[in-house]
Amino acid sequence: MKFSVLVFPGSNSDYDAFYAASAVIGEDAALVWHKDTDLQGADAVILPGGFAHGDYLRTGAIARFSPIMAAVKAFADRGGPVLGICNGFQVLLEAGMLPGAMVRNDRIKFVSRLVPVRVEQTDTPFTAACASRQVLHMPVAHGEGNYYADPETLAALEANRQVVFRYSDAAGEVTPASNINGSLNNIAGICNRQRNVVGLMPHPERATEAQLGSADGRVILASAVKALASLSR
Amino acid sequence: MKARVYVTLKPSVFDPQGRVVADALVTLGYQDVQDVRQGKFFEVELSATDAATAKTRVTEMADKLLANPVIESYRVEVLP
Repeated sequence: MKFSVLVFPGSNSDYDAFYAASAVIGEDAALVWHKDTDLQGADAVILPGGFAHGDYLRTGAIARFSPIMAAVKAFADRGGPVLGICNGFQVLLEAGMLPGAMVRNDRIKFVSRLVPVRVEQTDTPFTAACASRQVLHMPVAHGEGNYYADPETLAALEANRQVVFRYSDAAGEVTPASNINGSLNNIAGICNRQRNVVGLMPHPERATEAQLGSADGRVILASAVKALASLSR
Repeated sequence: MKARVYVTLKPSVFDPQGRVVADALVTLGYQDVQDVRQGKFFEVELSATDAATAKTRVTEMADKLLANPVIESYRVEVLP
């Protein structure tokens, strides 16, 4: 399969995602410039972390106007798997491809460390290879990952099982103390109603080898491989 | 014409930046500060010549881009 990793001006995890998909997982991968209009035959699209367009106006707000985003929307509308990591998650929110918004972390803290995250749903293309309630240790690095949605949207997210990841402790308990940034309901990642578009703040691509402190993130990309294989069967 | 757009977080959204600014003001000796909400301010210059058109256009801009309606509200003012 082929992962296409978008590159916006200011992306900084693009190559990490490319490396994880190609060198670690062993699949085809391509870097796609934001001014392109073609996804180069992608089976899955990754919007990487970083500071697309310098975070001008709001995080992710300008990236949604990048020419490639029309192709990403069309790809997602056809059911194609799309993963937004950190800033990529923020872009998907601003583009209206996922519900809600991000505000500054509570206590204005930029949080940069390895955190435990509990997998809540295994029926998305990026969690298909996870065990239910599996705890993954992945790094976060963000100042604006405090997930917000109005009460109706939040209730709908929970009712439709769209909360895919929650900040937890190492034992998988979701507690106020394990909420690293003030996100509502400890939300670390969500999916759309159709479940093919997933966004999360932690960086799976930076946790793919033991040398990096954790290899737990591999399962996120391996899930896409598994999900696509089961589709084509 | 010139229009001004004031963007603020909705009252229901916690504003951690405003809270830190409020704390800093109290530390500076302004014990009377009870709360601060931080926002954004835009000045938009446009070629429209009547105020009604300018207001409609800029309101649309605020809704589509300058503010994120999920978390922010805005107020548009057209200058005479």
